[in-house]
Amino acid sequence: MQRIRNAAGARKTMNKDNPSRIRPMYAQKSEKNPVVKLGPDIKAKIGMQLRQIYGEIVDQGVPERFVEIIKRLDDPNCEGR
Amino acid sequence: MGLRKNVREAMLEAVPSLRAFAISLCGNVDRADDLVQEALLRAWANMGSFQPGTNMSAWLFTILRNLFRSEYRKRRREVEDVDGSYAESLTSLPEQNSRLEIVEFRNALKLLPSEQRESLILVGASGFSYEEAAQICGCAVGTIKSRVNRARSRLAEILSIDSASDFGPDRETRAVANSDIVRTDRS
Repeated sequence: MQRIRNAAGARKTMNKDNPSRIRPMYAQKSEKNPVVKLGPDIKAKIGMQLRQIYGEIVDQGVPERFVEIIKRLDDPNCEGR
Repeated sequence: MGLRKNVREAMLEAVPSLRAFAISLCGNVDRADDLVQEALLRAWANMGSFQPGTNMSAWLFTILRNLFRSEYRKRRREVEDVDGSYAESLTSLPEQNSRLEIVEFRNALKLLPSEQRESLILVGASGFSYEEAAQICGCAVGTIKSRVNRARSRLAEILSIDSASDFGPDRETRAVANSDIVRTDRS
């Protein structure tokens, strides 16, 4: 993965010059790159990270605000909508 | 009415996942919660558009996504977690990944085009099939597959993952996480 190593190197240099440029540069670089075949271990790792981030929100359950909203849907005022 | 009760129950059940999806779209917890609320009210008002026998969760996701697309998308960039509220909302720290790894991953996720990100999340985290994700996003199944592949590929590239063992805080991507921490501290 020479291309990735180069990208990382360029990123470092860029960081010294102007940290705020990091994100746009990533985006541009990636636009040009074709989809590369990923091994199952990388897919699994990405999947795990993804589910962790998602799961942390899901684990917060249903905030009271939504319990109330859903309860109020049965209110006669809402019925006709 | 049976349907009304079913819809309410399905809503209650779907709220945690709808919030997680909405946060991934908005990058801001408060805005995401407003979006979820709006989606629930919209769904209730348009109950007639739900086809009994189909996946109610997917139906709710579709409504939420359409709302986001029509009303929230333009404002997304300016509010994308500028106040760090997303990070603050994440309190627990599961053992398998370090906090820094997660910060890096979340930052990488933000760099994806929105279509790729939402496709990856619907399939990889929400647990929808490619077919359901295609229905939610209003596109072809092949398009979803392609977006998911591209999303994974770009994440691997951004995070410089050459193999799974490389996926750690010692990579150059640390710089990105650090720059974010500085940004957050400033407020």
